[in-house]
Amino acid sequence: MAGFFDIKARKEAAANGTSSKAPATKDTTRLQPWVEKYRPKSLNDVTAQDHTITVLQRTLQSSNLPHMLFYGPPGTGKTSTVLALAKELYGPELIKSRVLELNASDERGISIVREKVKDFARMQLSNPSAEYRAKYPCPPYKIIILDEADSMTQDAQSALRRTMETYSKITRFCLICNYVTRIIDPLASRCSKFRFKSLDQGNAKKRVEEIAENEGVKLEDGAADALIRCSEGDLRKAITFLQSAARLVGAVKPKEDEDAMDLDDTKPVTVKSVEDIAGVIPEKTIEGLVKAMQPRSKGLVYEAVAKVVTDMVADGWSATQVVTQLYQSIIYNEAIPDIQKNKITLIFSETDKRLVDGSDEHLTVLDLALRISNVLAGA
Amino acid sequence: MALLVDKHRPRSLDQLSYHKDLSERLRSLAQSGDFPHLLVYGPSGAGKKTRIVATLKELYGPGVEKIKIDSRVFQTTSNRKLEFNIVASVYHLEITPSDVGNYDRVVVQDLLKEVAQTQQVDQSAKQRFKVVVINEADHLTRDAQAALRRTMEKYSPNLRLILLANSTANIIAPIRSRTLLVRVAAPTEDEICDVLARSGKKEGWPLAKELNMRIAKESGRNLRRALLMYEAVHAQNEKVTDSTPIPPPDWEALISQIAKEIMEEHSPARILQVRAKLYDLLTHCIPPTTILKTLTFKLIPMIDDALKADVIKWAAFYEHRIRMGTKVIFHLEAFVAKFMRILEEYLMSMDF
Ligand SMILES: Nc1ncnc2c1ncn2[C@@H]1O[C@H](COP(=O)(O)OP(=O)(O)OP(=O)(O)O)[C@@H](O)[C@H]1O
Ligand SMILES: [Mg+2]
Repeated sequence: MAGFFDIKARKEAAANGTSSKAPATKDTTRLQPWVEKYRPKSLNDVTAQDHTITVLQRTLQSSNLPHMLFYGPPGTGKTSTVLALAKELYGPELIKSRVLELNASDERGISIVREKVKDFARMQLSNPSAEYRAKYPCPPYKIIILDEADSMTQDAQSALRRTMETYSKITRFCLICNYVTRIIDPLASRCSKFRFKSLDQGNAKKRVEEIAENEGVKLEDGAADALIRCSEGDLRKAITFLQSAARLVGAVKPKEDEDAMDLDDTKPVTVKSVEDIAGVIPEKTIEGLVKAMQPRSKGLVYEAVAKVVTDMVADGWSATQVVTQLYQSIIYNEAIPDIQKNKITLIFSETDKRLVDGSDEHLTVLDLALRISNVLAGA
Repeated sequence: MALLVDKHRPRSLDQLSYHKDLSERLRSLAQSGDFPHLLVYGPSGAGKKTRIVATLKELYGPGVEKIKIDSRVFQTTSNRKLEFNIVASVYHLEITPSDVGNYDRVVVQDLLKEVAQTQQVDQSAKQRFKVVVINEADHLTRDAQAALRRTMEKYSPNLRLILLANSTANIIAPIRSRTLLVRVAAPTEDEICDVLARSGKKEGWPLAKELNMRIAKESGRNLRRALLMYEAVHAQNEKVTDSTPIPPPDWEALISQIAKEIMEEHSPARILQVRAKLYDLLTHCIPPTTILKTLTFKLIPMIDDALKADVIKWAAFYEHRIRMGTKVIFHLEAFVAKFMRILEEYLMSMDF
């Protein structure tokens, strides 16, 4: 049997593969994860970033692009937007020669970025036919996308400043990151900034429902809301949850004749299945913990809290999830006086920091629960 | 001779004895063809790996079980050569990037791109994509995690990742956003008893229900540990009954000893004495967190209820320090000293 790294065998396989390529394309889109399948193909497809899209569409018309900086939380459409923009500017034929994408999976040391940008910028601009230009603006510069730029070192970023200036006539840069503060000021100030907001409920819901319909997935009442709630404004997450929930209820599109599908046969995606998939801890479990924390004699509290926490850890609930849900349950509890809440917030703050530092989840959560219990007892 | 844990390991999803609903979920994902990237998390010994190997079999058939180990050399930007082991079948490969510490990014970058840019050798493979299983994903550096981001999107027609982790806390948000999170809870004590009974039956060992219950409890719902204990009991005793004692592992016995010594006397001399034992544990590669936690939970039943929350507070405090600091022994010793102090003050206040 051929080994995994048997390059020769792979090449042959690739060669054999080409002959049967054409009919395979439809199949491949079917087999793609839905997040990729439903990646926006044009600027119009991008949901809920209206301001950004309007501005970009305007620049599309004037064909004069500034350097750009896109920032915002994961799964809000940054990468999709820049790719869609590039496609609309250059069309399928020119995109390869006009757009360079460098991301965190590429080596991005100072000299490497400089070299790559230099080589790319110097490549002769090919001239598109008039016909092609009628369809795509094809402005006379190239675009360099530095995706996931927050993982570039400060030094690499400062080196980039010069590079940007040197080639400013023939290139535009688009930097993308989650945290705008990780981009050094001199770079950020050279760019027009576009903030990508966490997707708001309404828009995200609409998109998710569209996808569900397209895939022949039925959603129980409230299931779409649950998808949005559990994904916290991250549309990518919502789509992944939807896909897995759909698989769970067996809503798989028949392979051959997709139209012949009998919609009434499939079970709907339920709120519970969505919450399960999203790793939401059942309300009952959190209540159990809160109940164990209620003031009683010290020994009883310790035993009760230790037991619940040990079980939660063994059940694999992620500590961050425990902390988030416990926080919700305590901070929104009217019965707890504000002065106690103040003290409790401090404990949450410390706990979060420790978890991010990689502290042991069992000890950290146990400590959190015992200390809150102590505050509730009036200490 | 193979250990029980390996010998009786379930090989397919329907052989898995607990979390039937999760097995179903994995099966439906595996059969759908548009399998997402997974982040599988849960406590150690919960059976994450076994479940994933079974899922791979569901994806590709028995061919995934024919594995071999490749050794590969990677070159860092500073021209250092890194040796790295890869477990691979024709369909998948399994890596532990944390083996190369801070150079994990190089491995992830090079290897995944290489995998992603090649096609399945086996033209009749059931899936078009290959799977890369990443062990100890929660130990990946941030840089290595960042390097996964676009790769996971761009090469998704050819490549799926399955990340295995004990916790999701150290996984950066963009990666969590790109994976389906799959929680694997530890089996309950009853479920562990069930597995022990089945294993025993295959070995022809008489069933000792009470003993199995004690093992399940003692194991802290860690199935791997339970099976090892179960095997040890049978290896060390001619005749095993409900009342056969379960020998603790050496390191745990030593920690019990430490706990006893700490309780007996609270003095600098005693700390010194304990230090030697702590060093001993560390040189035998017992992780410092395990030492601190085990010690804490051995001390707790020996002290007054009024002190328990305080002791946990300091245990959590010093465990955090262990993570952040570099000199593990300082923090272990500081915890011991703190504990003695708390106990001493409490005893003093009782005298009046
Ligand atoms: N605004 C949006 N409109 C439509 N689909 C979206 C939007 N945002 C995210 N998506 C969906 O989520 C997927 C991921 O989006 P994208 O890659 O653009 O996220 P990103 O902002 O670059 O995230 P990251 O910071 O993690 O790189 C897309 O393929 C698409 O399916
Ligand atoms: Mg992106």
